Formats: sequence, structure tokens, C-alpha cells
Amino acid sequence: MISPLSDVAVARRVARDIPDGSYVNLGIGMPILVGDVVGPDKEIVYHSENGILGMGPAPAPGEEDRELINAGKQPVTLLPGGCYFHHTDAFVMMRGGHIDISVLGAFQVSETGDLANWITDLATMPPAVGGAMDLAVGAKRVLVMTTHTTRDGRPKLLPRCTYPLTAGRVVDRVYTDLAVLDVGPDGLVVQEMAPGLTRAELQSVTAARLTFADDVGELDPH
Amino acid sequence: MIDKRVATLADAVAGISDGATVLIGGFGDSGVPVELVHALLDHGARDLTVVTNNAGAGERDVAALIRERRVRTVVCSYPRSMGSIWFEERWRAGEIGLELVPQGTLSERMRAAGAGLGGFFTPTGADTLLAEGKEVRTIDGRPHVFEHPLPGDVALIKAHRADRWGNLVYRTAARNYGPTMATAAALTVVQVEEFVELGDLDPEAVVTPGIFVDRVVQVAAS
Repeated sequence: MISPLSDVAVARRVARDIPDGSYVNLGIGMPILVGDVVGPDKEIVYHSENGILGMGPAPAPGEEDRELINAGKQPVTLLPGGCYFHHTDAFVMMRGGHIDISVLGAFQVSETGDLANWITDLATMPPAVGGAMDLAVGAKRVLVMTTHTTRDGRPKLLPRCTYPLTAGRVVDRVYTDLAVLDVGPDGLVVQEMAPGLTRAELQSVTAARLTFADDVGELDPH
Repeated sequence: MIDKRVATLADAVAGISDGATVLIGGFGDSGVPVELVHALLDHGARDLTVVTNNAGAGERDVAALIRERRVRTVVCSYPRSMGSIWFEERWRAGEIGLELVPQGTLSERMRAAGAGLGGFFTPTGADTLLAEGKEVRTIDGRPHVFEHPLPGDVALIKAHRADRWGNLVYRTAARNYGPTMATAAALTVVQVEEFVELGDLDPEAVVTPGIFVDRVVQVAAS
């Protein structure tokens, strides 16, 4: 019986890899969940591309400030010690390698660490990129959090991305509902797998060729 | 005597010509100089190039400019947001141009303009569609894309307080593009919630020095 991880369980696994004291940017979508499950034993400074360090959780209902929002345009708060700065400096932090960890969602990741997470349909919708490309090129570590396959079961981990790239050769580690994989010099290396999943089953839903670490761990589905 | 204060919103946007490139501050609903944009609408200038992070939403500010067919081209990073119906309608009809720029590159191109630089090489966008047609140079083993400066004829921004010299402080994340845009335009126009006496702003905390500001108008906080 295979037990794929819930989004929150994947977020918990990502959170385990974020050291105390890190400066972290969480992308829009699944990565936002990570902020909810990092333990209180860690002091993490969250960065928002619109000019916030030390971003706190959503305010209580009625306490929202229209100007104080995160990258997803949702109301947030500022923690003691937090600060504001202008947009150019926000991207100096990102592009300049000052952010320790960027957690991003993905449409596709290639076996060389190429990332596609900004557009799938060039014909019918106006393209929009935001800060995705800056986040992908600049952080010291780029972690991707995604479902292992698309909703209709197609692989997202591929030899080469077929969607337009966000950045080339940037992803360090991928966390899915089925596995944790490192991007190594020779492709994707499976470090951990969901309980009950065989190596052949994991390969069958992955288009990129997988290799396996010497001691593949078991993911906690909770 | 220096006094950059003007009495009315109409005075604030006086002289903006057809065909102007207008930098408009704001990220989502945060820090948008809504009243100045509506004054520009009333003023009537058309054939504008608007540089801004988002392409407006609903019926307000940038969306209203687009609805009233005042905008020839939008230069922005994320034109697609909840309720960006007017941009999408004009874009689908081929009635408006879009230059899509990664968010950090958008901000840095304006910074380069304000700083008197002829452009810069950035890793952001290398290996992607947004590098097409641009000079690419390998620096420290990594591809970098050449980006041109992006000056404005006019900048419309929002700050919290100003004195008559045009020194500015902002409020929370509403700061976003304001400080950079203020440096990058031939005419920088600011709406503030409050005027203060010269000397009342803490000189250690002034964010935009008045040298970058031309006109300031007071608009009560909504």
C-alpha cells in the first residue's frame, strides 16, 4: 500500500531541512505551507519580494493593513525585529545571494536542475513572471516543492523541461508527495521515498532516469 | 525658497504629455498612488507607456487608464492578477502592447536609469524566453543577460509624509517601487497622506531625499 504524502506532510519534510537562523523566501502556492509547520524551536526570518524581512503570519480578522501584504497579495504582519525596504533592495537580497533558502513550486524540473514554473500556455493568456526568475537564480539553496506528477498523472520530473524555463541548472533538491530527490552531477538521486513505494514504481511515474542513494530513507507520511 | 508642495491633484499632473512614459508605483493594492492615477485620467494624456508591477485590477487606477484606452504599452512583471479584466481584454484584442520584465530586472532597470548607468548584466532570465534578442555574456562561468536602463518622463508614487523640500518617508510595504521610481523620472510626483514642517522628519530615517522629488500633493488617507 503506497502512502503518498499530503501537502502538509511534504511541507513538514521541507521544514526539517531549514536550519535555525535561516533567511527564507517561500514561493506562492504549496511553499507557503512550510511557514505554518516550522517548529517554534527555530528562528526563521521570512523575506517577501515586495520589501519585508521578518514577515509574520496573517493578522487577526479586522486587523488587516491594506499596504502590508505578501508576494501573493495576502495581508501579513511584521514580527519584532522585522523591517521594510524598497523593491530594488528586496531583489538585491534575492539576486545577490543573500537569501539562504528559496522554496518554489514547479510545473516541471529537469534532471539537470532546470526549473519551469512560470507559464504553460503562451497563446491564450498574457504571460506573467513576477519574481520567479530572480528567486530561482539568486538563493543559496533552491528547493522545489511539488506533486510528483500532474493532476492527470503525467511526470513533472523530466530529462528536459518542455514548458518555458524559469532558470537553468538552479534546483538543488526536490520534495514531492512520493520522494525527496537531489539534483546531482549525474541527474536525480533519490534520497527518501514514501512508505510502500518500490523503486520501479517511482521510476514509472518519473520521466527522468533515477539513481538511488546508498541508504534511501522512508518519508514520514504524517 | 524651495516649496515642492502643490495645491491640487490637477496641479500635480499638469504638463504630462501624450506619449509619455509614466512610472507608477505599487504592488497589488499596496502603495498605489490611486488619486494621482485618476488625476492623470482626468488630465487626458494618451498614448502612454506605463511602467508598473501589475497591470491594474477592477475598474480603478491603472485598470481605468487601460479601459479608457490611454495606454499604448504596459511594461510590467505580472499583468495577470485577480480582476485584471481590462488588461486581458485589450491584450487579447491586440490593442495594447506588453513588455514583460522579471520583477527584479524591472526595478534594477529603473535604478540604473536613476543612477546614470548604461545598463547591467544579470543572471535573471538567462536561458529563458525573456532573454531572446538580448546580448548574453558569460561572467564567472554563468550566462548573464544585458538589460537597458528604463527611465520615465514622469513617476507617480505614494508616500506617507513629506516636507516642503520633498523629503519622503513611507509606510510599511507601501514603499515598494517608490524610492527607485523617484530617482528614474524627469518629473517625480508624489502623493502623501501628511505634510510636515521642515525639520520634523528624522534625518536618519528619510527614505527618499527631496532631490529626487519635484511635486508633492496631499491626499487624505482613505
